[in-house]
Amino acid sequence: MAAGVATWLPFARAAAVGWLPLAQQPLPPAPGVKASRGDEILVVNVSGRRFETWKNTLDRYPDTLLGSSEKEFFYDADSGEYFFDRDPDMFRHVLNFYRTGRLHCPRQECIQAFDEELAFYGLVPELVGDCCLEEYRDRKKENAERLAEDEEAEQAGDGPALPAGSSLRQRLWRAFENPHTSTAALVFYYVTGFFIAVSVIANVVETIPCRGSARRPPKEQPCGDRFPQAFFCMDTACVLIFTGEYLLRLFAAPSRCRFLRSVMSLIDVVAILPYYIGLFVTKNDDVSGAFVTLRVFRVFRIFKFSRHSQGLRILGYTLKSCASELGFLLFSLTMAIIIFATVMFYAEKGTNKTNFTSIPAAFWYTIVTMTTLGYGDMVPSTIAGKIFGSICSLSGVLVIALPVPVIVSNFSRIYHQNQRADKRRAQQKVRLARIRLAKSGTTNAFLQYKQNGGLEDSGSGEEQVLCVRNRSAFEQQHHHLLHCLEKTTCHEFTDELTFSEALGAVSLGGRTSRSTSVSSQQMGPGSLLSSCCPRRAKRRAIRLANSTASVSRGSMQELDTLAGLQRSPAPQSRSSLNAKPHDSLDLNCDSRDFVAAIISIPTPPANTPEESQPSSPGGGGRVSSTLRNSRLGTPCVLPETVKISSL
Amino acid sequence: MGAVMGTFSSLQTKQRRPSKDKIEDELEMTIVCHRPEGLEQLEAQTNFTKRELQVLYRGFKNECPSGVVNEETFKQIYAQFFPHGDASTYAHYLFNAFDTTQTGSVKFEDFVTALSILLRGTVHEKLRWTFNLYDINKDGYINKEEMIDIVKAIYDMMGKYTYPVLKEDTPRQHVDVFFQKMDKNKDGIVTLDEFLESCQEDDNIMRSLQLFQNVM
Repeated sequence: MAAGVATWLPFARAAAVGWLPLAQQPLPPAPGVKASRGDEILVVNVSGRRFETWKNTLDRYPDTLLGSSEKEFFYDADSGEYFFDRDPDMFRHVLNFYRTGRLHCPRQECIQAFDEELAFYGLVPELVGDCCLEEYRDRKKENAERLAEDEEAEQAGDGPALPAGSSLRQRLWRAFENPHTSTAALVFYYVTGFFIAVSVIANVVETIPCRGSARRPPKEQPCGDRFPQAFFCMDTACVLIFTGEYLLRLFAAPSRCRFLRSVMSLIDVVAILPYYIGLFVTKNDDVSGAFVTLRVFRVFRIFKFSRHSQGLRILGYTLKSCASELGFLLFSLTMAIIIFATVMFYAEKGTNKTNFTSIPAAFWYTIVTMTTLGYGDMVPSTIAGKIFGSICSLSGVLVIALPVPVIVSNFSRIYHQNQRADKRRAQQKVRLARIRLAKSGTTNAFLQYKQNGGLEDSGSGEEQVLCVRNRSAFEQQHHHLLHCLEKTTCHEFTDELTFSEALGAVSLGGRTSRSTSVSSQQMGPGSLLSSCCPRRAKRRAIRLANSTASVSRGSMQELDTLAGLQRSPAPQSRSSLNAKPHDSLDLNCDSRDFVAAIISIPTPPANTPEESQPSSPGGGGRVSSTLRNSRLGTPCVLPETVKISSL
Repeated sequence: MGAVMGTFSSLQTKQRRPSKDKIEDELEMTIVCHRPEGLEQLEAQTNFTKRELQVLYRGFKNECPSGVVNEETFKQIYAQFFPHGDASTYAHYLFNAFDTTQTGSVKFEDFVTALSILLRGTVHEKLRWTFNLYDINKDGYINKEEMIDIVKAIYDMMGKYTYPVLKEDTPRQHVDVFFQKMDKNKDGIVTLDEFLESCQEDDNIMRSLQLFQNVM
C-alpha cells in the first residue's frame, strides 16, 4: 500500500462506526495492539552519517529491512542507534522512499551498486518510481548486455557444451552453425568458402576473351569456349562440393522442413540446379538458349558467401525490414516516370526521326534523366520537350534524393523502435503484474489470514505466538476492518474459485432454501456437530442454524458467558482435533437466504482454566488457538470459509 | 484556521476592485494552503491529546500537503483499504459526513473533529454522527431510499467475489430488516430520536460501539 495509507487507517476504522447500526451480526473485537510507545525518533547511522526519522515512517513498509524486526539485528545498544555499514549516499534514496513512497534512481551512481543496496534493504527494483523507471531499466539493460557480450566473448573460444551422447546429426549441425567449434568444421568452412570463390571467379573468367594461339589471325574467343574441359571440370568439382554440403546440411538439420524453406538453402539450390539441368539437357539449339539463361543463375553462388559474412546477413535483414519504404520509393518513382514519359512522348511526337517512339521507349529517357545519369542516347529536340526534360531532371533530384535519407532514418528508427517496443511490452507486463500482485496481495493476505484460523484476540497467550503468522499491527487492524465489513453485510470475502463454485451451487438451487429454524435452537452441545468430513468436502456440510442468541431475541449474551455454554460439547480428545476440522454452523443473521459456513471449534475439555479469562472473545477464539497449537507443524490450512463464531 | 482565513478575507476587503476580484479569487484558490488552528485550540475542542494530534497531523499533511482533502483524494485513500470492491460511493457519503460545512473539502479540523467523535465521543454523539451519515440529504430524516443507497454502497465495497453470492435484492432485504427494527411508528422514515432509541435498545450495537476505542 502507499506510504501514507497506513496513517489513514485509523480514519478508515473510525468510519466503520457508520456500519454499526446496519450490522446484523455482532462485529468482531478489535485486535489488541500492544500499547505503542507513541511516535519516536529513530537514529540510523550509516557509515557514520546519522539519519533520523520517525519510527512510523519506517513502519510503513513492513516487508523491508527497516520496516520489520530485521533491523533489530543492527541495533547498537550502547549508542542507541541502528548502525549499517553501507553506502550513506545510497541510503539517502532508500530513506526517501520511506518518506515519500517513491524510490528514485541516482543518476551518477553505478546501477549495479544501487541494485545491491536495494537488495540489502529488502526493496524490490519494481518499486522504482515512474519518473526514474525508464532510465533505470535502460541502464540496467545496457549493463546486462555488456556483461552478456563479455561472457559470450569468453565462451566463444570454448563453444557451447554439447550434451553428452549427442547424435551425429546434432554434432554435424553444430559444426555447420558454429564453424569455430572444431577444427574439422573450420576446415570445412574454409574449403567451401574457397570453392565458392573459385566458382565465381571461373564464371567470370570464362567470358574473358583469350587469344587463341592455334590459328592465324588469332581469333578472339571467350576462354570458356577455348578451354571447355578445364572449365567444365572446375564447375563439376565446385558443384560436387556444393551438393555434398547441401545434402549434409539437409541431413543434419533439426527441422528439415524449416531448413528447406530457409533462404540460405534456397540459394544453395539455385546455385547448383543449373548444372544438373545442363547435364540432363542435351546440347540442343532450341533449348540451349534457355540453358544459357540458366547459367546466369550460377552467379547466385556469390550469395553463399553470406553464410561466411555477418555483414551481408545484416544488410539482407535491413533491406527486408525496410521493404515498405523501398516499396514506397519504387512506387513514387514509377508514378513520376510514367508521368514524365507520357509528357515527353507527346511533346516529341511531332518530330521526325525521334527516339521517343512510344511511351515505354520514353521510360528509358525518364529514368536516365531523373537519376541524373544523362547518357545522351535519347535527347528531346522540340522546345517543349526540352522544357519538360529539364523539369524532369530537376524533379528527379527531388524524387530520388528525398526518399533515400528517409529510408536511412527509417531504418534506424525502425531498428530502435523494435528494441523499444519489446522493452515496453516487457515493462508493461511487469507493471500490470505488479499492480495485480499488489491488489491480490492485500486480498490474498486477508483470505490467507482467514484460512489460517481467523481473527482472534491476541490475548490468548504465548501458545499463539508460535503458530500465528507474524502480522504487523497495521495488517491486524486492516484485517479487523475487513472482518467488520463482512459481519455487517453477512457476506464473506472469498476468491474467484470459491465464488464460481458457489455460483454453480446456487444455480443448482439446492442450497439456498435450506430451512432455518428461526425459533430458538439451543446453543450448546446439541448444535455442535462434529462431522468427520475431510477438509475439501466441507461444502456439503453447509447448513444454516440460528443460534438462540440471535438478534431476534433482542439480547445478546456476553461472549464470556457463552464460553461456558460451549464447554460441554461432545468430548473430543485433543488428538482428534489434529485430523479434521469440525463443522458446526452458527449464523446470527436473521436473514435466511445467506448461506454461510461458520465453524466453531469445540473446546477441548482440557482447556477449562483458560476459559475463565474475561477478556477473551469467547471460546471460539481460544479454541482455535489450541486447535492450531495441536496442529503445530502441519500447515494450518482450513477451508476459506472457516470463521470463528463469536457466539 | 481563523487567523489564516481572517487575513485572507481582510486582504480581499482592502482591495475591492470589481474587475480584478475574480482573478484574485482564482489565485487564492490555486495557492490555498490551509493551516489549522493552533494545537492548543484543537486539543481543547477534541478529545485527543497533543501527541495524538501531532501524529494525526503529520499523516494528514503527508498525504495532503495543501492542508485540505478533496473528494477525489478521499475516495482514493478509502479505496485502498478495500481493494476487493468499489468503495467510491461509500467514500462519497463518508466525505459528505466529514465535510460538515459542505464546502467540498475536508480540512484538518473537520477531520479531527469527526475522528474525535468517532473514537472518543459519547455513545450519543457517535449515534448522532451515524445518523448524519445515513441522512444523505441532511433533512433530519432517514427514508428508505437513502438507506438503500447507503447499504448498496456498503455492499459495493465487498466486491464481486463474496460467499455467499450477492443477490440483487440483498441490500433491499437488509434495509427492510433495518427499518423493521428502527422505525418504531412504522411511518416509513426514521427520525433521530427513533434511531437513538432503537440503537440503545440493541446490545449488539452498544457493544460494538466500544470496539474502536483503542484505534489511536
